[in-house]
Amino acid sequence: MKPPEAAASAAAGRQSPAPPPVLEARGVSKHFPGVVALDDVSFTLEAGETHALVGENGAGKSTLIKVLTGVHRPDGGELRLSGQEVHFARPFEAQQAGISTIYQEVNLVPLLSVARNVFLGREPRNRFRLIDFPRMNSEAAALLDGFGVRVDPRRPLHTLGVGAQQMVALARAVSVNAQVVVMDEPTSSLEPREVETLFGVIADLRRQGIAVVYVSHRMDELYRVCDRVTVLRDGRHIHTGDLAELDRMQLVSMMLGREITEVRRHGVTSFSQEGHDVERRPVLKAEGLARRHQLDGISLNLHPGEVLGLGGLLGSGRSETAKALAGALTLDAGKISIDGSVQRRHSSASAIRAGISLLPEDRKAEGVVPGLSVRENIVLAALPRLSRAGIVSRGRQDRIVEIFMKRLRIKASSPEQKVGELSGGNQQKVLLARWLCLEPKVLLLDEPTRGIDVGAKAEVQALIDELAQQGLAVLLISSDIEELIEGADRILVLRSGASAGELTGDQVTEGALLEALADHSPAAPEAGTTENAGEEAAR
Amino acid sequence: MTTTQPAATAERPLSKSRAPAWFQEYGVYAAVATLLVFNAFFTEHFLTVDNLRTQLIQVAPIVIVALGMALVIGTEGVDLSVGSAMALSAALLPLYLGYGLVPALFIALLAGAAVGAVNGTLVSVVGLQPIVATLALFVGGRGIALVVADGQLKQITNPDVLALGTGSFLGVPLVVLIAGVLTLAVAFLVQRTTFGRQVVAIGGNRSAAALAGLPVKRVLTGVYVLCGVLAALAGILATARLTASDPSSLGNLMELSAITAVVVGGTPLSGGSIRVLGTVAGALLMQLLTATLVKHNLPDSTAQMAQAVIIIIAVYVARERRSR
Repeated sequence: MKPPEAAASAAAGRQSPAPPPVLEARGVSKHFPGVVALDDVSFTLEAGETHALVGENGAGKSTLIKVLTGVHRPDGGELRLSGQEVHFARPFEAQQAGISTIYQEVNLVPLLSVARNVFLGREPRNRFRLIDFPRMNSEAAALLDGFGVRVDPRRPLHTLGVGAQQMVALARAVSVNAQVVVMDEPTSSLEPREVETLFGVIADLRRQGIAVVYVSHRMDELYRVCDRVTVLRDGRHIHTGDLAELDRMQLVSMMLGREITEVRRHGVTSFSQEGHDVERRPVLKAEGLARRHQLDGISLNLHPGEVLGLGGLLGSGRSETAKALAGALTLDAGKISIDGSVQRRHSSASAIRAGISLLPEDRKAEGVVPGLSVRENIVLAALPRLSRAGIVSRGRQDRIVEIFMKRLRIKASSPEQKVGELSGGNQQKVLLARWLCLEPKVLLLDEPTRGIDVGAKAEVQALIDELAQQGLAVLLISSDIEELIEGADRILVLRSGASAGELTGDQVTEGALLEALADHSPAAPEAGTTENAGEEAAR
Repeated sequence: MTTTQPAATAERPLSKSRAPAWFQEYGVYAAVATLLVFNAFFTEHFLTVDNLRTQLIQVAPIVIVALGMALVIGTEGVDLSVGSAMALSAALLPLYLGYGLVPALFIALLAGAAVGAVNGTLVSVVGLQPIVATLALFVGGRGIALVVADGQLKQITNPDVLALGTGSFLGVPLVVLIAGVLTLAVAFLVQRTTFGRQVVAIGGNRSAAALAGLPVKRVLTGVYVLCGVLAALAGILATARLTASDPSSLGNLMELSAITAVVVGGTPLSGGSIRVLGTVAGALLMQLLTATLVKHNLPDSTAQMAQAVIIIIAVYVARERRSR
């Protein structure tokens, strides 16, 4: 770990005498109930640089941005703007001080005109102190022209495409005399042409001496536009330095917290070390799954008795793939077949009927119904099967609930306790029970052990192993490298919504996975994976 | 995850004082009981069979509408069009009495189902917000009713219909009996049927329900249809009671009375929980409160203010329930 001061002086060395950094956070901490989001994090931003801020989920990127832009007040540490200590009570104060933010999701007023959005809160006035619409519209048009957006500025914002809206947000951010522009995943909804325009704008900003904080998961973009990088992990500062001095592999291993030189394999998780007996005929076959901005022709096969790991960094399309397989995401193209029969209707209900179950990533938003009891949450998806003439059999419910509470060791005061009162691990087990009681053929697990305690984590991992041994086909998504390596028989690596390689057999190691994630040489296609590779080439 | 607690605290947390929890659960029943006891001592001729009979007959239509409203509110929705559905069924009833009682009742109830189907489709398929979707028929439904009835108040002379309003079975007025049976039926529906459990789950977490393969659109539409049918039934009974079909004023402000009953009964507006018996108690509480104040020669305005206080208390208590 390099001390931040050293990095700062290195970057400042180009000019002399060294001016203070335009924005600086010193030893910033932020706690939320039960979570340390930022722990003594320092961050310096020089005038005119484009600074990448990277890290996986829970690294603290969003919290740091929110501290810098006045959304959160830090619990400890200080913020300095051009050397002066500042305290932002509200986001507005940060904006006044010259820090503009473009959020991942556009935060403009959809029903107001494009020009009103650009000038919201600082509209040009005429001599009656009323908004000078002609001037505002012509200025907005001129401004947007520089961003490659040629639209009538009187149009309501919502009639524009998402990419164009993003550009309007950018134009607004830049035109408020910003010294610092924070961009949070700015390209996630942009077309390639719009991305080029964005990069052009960033180059202009650099020439004007405006600093940019650039948050993205897309390695290509980072290396194209960023000068320096700061890596966060688990709320701590890991590294700050020139991006050109790091290769992708080093960057990824810093983000994930793995040492490249020391790739261990000693059973940290509760998976057994042996592979599973995999049948040769796939139970699930997906071909060319595509969806705008998210999936770009993903194909995969899943065999009974196998755990297929889905690797990839944040935003690579792992969750989207799982959701698409479970019928919960509409696709622009692609074919999914189960046991050889092509799925015609694409809905959660039909996927469940065909034997596919998805344990969603966001347990709270998409999984549990917090106000209902453990029993009701477990039987939720199975209700029609437990009913006769629309009346639910309490006896059959209780039997199933008893079996699964025992088998998964769900700790609750009774089956009637509300799920919202349980710990995260027990909530997760309740959801697993919900899916297992449907006796699925294919189980899609999206981050099954995230945010649950160590004991529950080990139990869930052992369960995944057991289920595969019983002949279930399991798709495992995990940001935990060890979990993926030790849990999966084979790993499909995704990047930008497309398959970027596959690791099988002896290739399933941390080193190979890190390399594939970092986009070095994708793992060589082997016999048995030629299907996927062939389709890759055909596209 | 903010819900993460140590596994050891799987027991229901007792740190919160028990009084609010108790009050959330039984407050509305206690309030009804308190009111009855108060009247037993301080109000003359209150706890008489005649008076209680009158109170129950008056509250029955509200209870029937509120049962449907409770289902809708359980899905995080609201139905403003119940009063118009009552008016529409009242307007249609006399037109078809020539074909006999059963066809006329069927047509009137069908009108309620149609109103509900439109509401449900707007909410679940088109994706409008319930308050806006049902506002359309809140306004338009009564208009249709007036067109159907030619804008006129029609006397009802059919003895079968009149018997619905005045008849009784084993001393219990038919209207009250119907409301009672429906209460049990809806309670059973919510507690024991696939449909009822799906309604509650959709209200509790719609995206989780959808991912679990529940037929979200069908269930939502069904809930609004049920609410419409119950409102139409209330319209028929109220018409029978009035001995006249009055589409211009029947069911005015009924949506507010029904929502009040549901909320006072402890069903949270945020969905995911339906208290059927609580809803009945909520309707009773408002009815008895007004009756008590009127019997003590206080003006209507006092009753309205007292009701306002009850509503605020109920919403406050429900909010506590939510934040737990």
